[in-house]
Amino acid sequence: MSTGRREFLARSGKLLFLTGAAQVAFDAVLRGEPTSAPNYQTAEHWWGMTIDVEKCIGCGNCVRACKEENDVPREPYYFRTWVERYHVPEGDADSPQVDSPNGGYDGFPERYRPGDGSKSFFVPKLCNHCAHSPCVQVCPVGATFESPDGVVLVDKTYCLGCRYCVQACPYGCRFIDPRTRTVDKCSLCYHRITKGLTTACCEACPTDARVLGDLKNPKDPIHEFLRTHKVQVLKPQMATGSKTYYNGLDGSVR
Amino acid sequence: MESILHGVEGYMYPNEMELQWSILIVLYPYITGLVAGAFILASLERVFRVESVRPTYRLALLTALAFLLVAPLPLQLHLGHPERSVQMYLTPHTASAMAMFGFVYLWYLMVVLLLEIWLDYRKDIVRLAGSTTSPLRHVYRVLTLGSRDVSEEALRADDRVGYVITLVGIPSAFLLHGYVGFIFGSVKANPWWSTPLMPIVFLFSAIVSGIAAVMLLYMAATRMRGAEIDMRCVDTIARYLFYAFIIDFSLEMLDLVHRIYEADESFHTLDFMVKTRLYLPHIIVKIVLGTLLPLGLLALTQLVKLTDGARRGTYALAGVLTLIGIFAMRWNVVIGGQLFSKSFLGYTTYKMEFASREGLLAAIVLMILPFLILWALVELLPPWTDATAEARHQA
Amino acid sequence: MDGSFGHKGHLVRVAALFAASLVAFFVLRALFVPAGFGLYGHYRAGAIEENRLRPVAFAGRAACVECHSDVPDAMKGGPHERVRCEACHGPLAAHAGDPAEKKAVRPDSRVLCARCHAASVARPARFPQIDVADHAGQEACTTCHAAHNPLAPPATSAGPAPPTPGPQGGGQKGGTR
Repeated sequence: MSTGRREFLARSGKLLFLTGAAQVAFDAVLRGEPTSAPNYQTAEHWWGMTIDVEKCIGCGNCVRACKEENDVPREPYYFRTWVERYHVPEGDADSPQVDSPNGGYDGFPERYRPGDGSKSFFVPKLCNHCAHSPCVQVCPVGATFESPDGVVLVDKTYCLGCRYCVQACPYGCRFIDPRTRTVDKCSLCYHRITKGLTTACCEACPTDARVLGDLKNPKDPIHEFLRTHKVQVLKPQMATGSKTYYNGLDGSVR
Repeated sequence: MESILHGVEGYMYPNEMELQWSILIVLYPYITGLVAGAFILASLERVFRVESVRPTYRLALLTALAFLLVAPLPLQLHLGHPERSVQMYLTPHTASAMAMFGFVYLWYLMVVLLLEIWLDYRKDIVRLAGSTTSPLRHVYRVLTLGSRDVSEEALRADDRVGYVITLVGIPSAFLLHGYVGFIFGSVKANPWWSTPLMPIVFLFSAIVSGIAAVMLLYMAATRMRGAEIDMRCVDTIARYLFYAFIIDFSLEMLDLVHRIYEADESFHTLDFMVKTRLYLPHIIVKIVLGTLLPLGLLALTQLVKLTDGARRGTYALAGVLTLIGIFAMRWNVVIGGQLFSKSFLGYTTYKMEFASREGLLAAIVLMILPFLILWALVELLPPWTDATAEARHQA
Repeated sequence: MDGSFGHKGHLVRVAALFAASLVAFFVLRALFVPAGFGLYGHYRAGAIEENRLRPVAFAGRAACVECHSDVPDAMKGGPHERVRCEACHGPLAAHAGDPAEKKAVRPDSRVLCARCHAASVARPARFPQIDVADHAGQEACTTCHAAHNPLAPPATSAGPAPPTPGPQGGGQKGGTR
């Protein structure tokens, strides 16, 4: 437990320090006003995320938090992040049963009986913020791009809504917002991370299965995580340069 | 939208359940394919000196123009923000195949098609500018660009420039339709689309559809005018249709055999999709009705000596089936590529609406529109050189 | 009539027409390409700033602790020590900004606790989970468990104290090695 306590103190201290540095902006944040990030230097950051499948309990907090924070349409066809439940029958990794009822927004109704020789687990998914993003490559006008600090963002006033990027994403993380008729996707809560906060999904995760990481910060726990865990990305054969690193990713995960 | 959930079988990523590209995006490659194919037929005469297809030369060019003018419309109806489409000209992302659309389209329209039509018709335009008494004469006067020079030297210059333009036009036509194939073929995320063969398959099926369309239009228009169908011309066109079809069929078979043989991770899910949700459009409509049957009919005309009437009927049937088959091919590529999940664990269905912006009604209207435009173009710039048409313009 | 260009005058006119439209194209392009485009890459530089402009819904633990400084002490040593406030209490940036006007609502424990702790085959085996009906019947979870430290005896308790936890790690399965 002592390691846990030390980590907790370090985390909250860091959080206090960072918000202290952006005090002016933070006050506005508390008032609920949209505001800029005056002390943030893009060159000092390279964002990614770690997901520990062994810690995810499928509570759906992240899905709800994201929809709340980012005003995502509540219908079951639009998700910036979602959670999948895998049920791998004994010895048959090729045919897992996968479900994601409303993306995991309302949790997962129990469906499987224990003791049938299978294994089950949850896998949260989101935009992988690829360093060699195929979605950025195919945009005809430059309405989606990777920011200098490694976040793949959408320019909503410039997007034509042609949907080519939605086709090009191997992970299915993009969708068309029916209200703006432009594309939308996980922005890694860019409006939060540039003010020293963490993403909404990481904030709401009760087990620290999802943790934001800054690869350019030598003190960030992501370096320790990557060094001490057997880490994978989704669909490595696509060579997308995904910056979402999974621990405990089973071979049956799609 | 509720019905989408019910149409899902197995697992689809939540954002994948609703199809992104509708029937309008099926229509776009179909239309540009007809443009490219019609132009290739026209170039047969102009560049490769296949003199027997001369009667269809002007009709082919006008057909290409009519369809090219309609081509951007399905895209505009599909875009979430069509008013922003000008951005493709302002800030084209050169890494994106789709960004090429604006420039390839403009190039082909202005530098190839319009210029070639103008040069070929110039003598008639000048004559009609002088002789027409109806309000159309103003249109002809504008089209002359102020020059009434139809001397031997001027016409020779026109001919030489026209030859060069047609020569340039052939790779341009390849580019106009080939890049559409590349738009699909370069998407590594989608195994149904991702293959280097895609631009070539698209191109040859375009040539097939364009040739079939011009052949049918020529036969129908000649009949409507009460004139005699030039059988030597139609026989030649049908022969080229046959050759192009053989190449197209071989390419598609190559793709199929390759997929079945390699049986990579996507094969199982694609195979299942073809045998269930795509069975009607892919196996029945495209392969049997749209490829094997017309190929058989065309082969028949090459092997057995038929009467003129029988040949005409066979060509007409083969032509219609071909056009349906090539449409089905576009459908299978565009819609088929979105029916299966990128997790390879599930399928969804395409709920085509009728009267909405991207619905069936819009598609039908967009397919009728080029024929209306063609009719207007044929009235304005008659492709026929017989007396009947000239007499009509005096009125 | 077309003396200066021989018999190619009409071709020159066409060429001039094309040249004029080309010039017009470049002029229009220069006028209408949005400001800041291409500064950092093939996109509008202003889009980065626009993506930062969004109101925040979750305030973060530090903001809560500014007023509720007693809660971290209550959680100390318990299995919920690392769980952030808004994971259970929902987005509270509005409340943190205006505590008097924008009240927080206490969540219903039967709904909230089951979200994480209802038994499921897919949950990590070492994660504490129970069959809710078996374990609690119709009772609210907070009858026996203080939400901030569920394994400590609650201040006002109607029932027995919860059992002592099993082997070390009644919380995160795996943990950091």
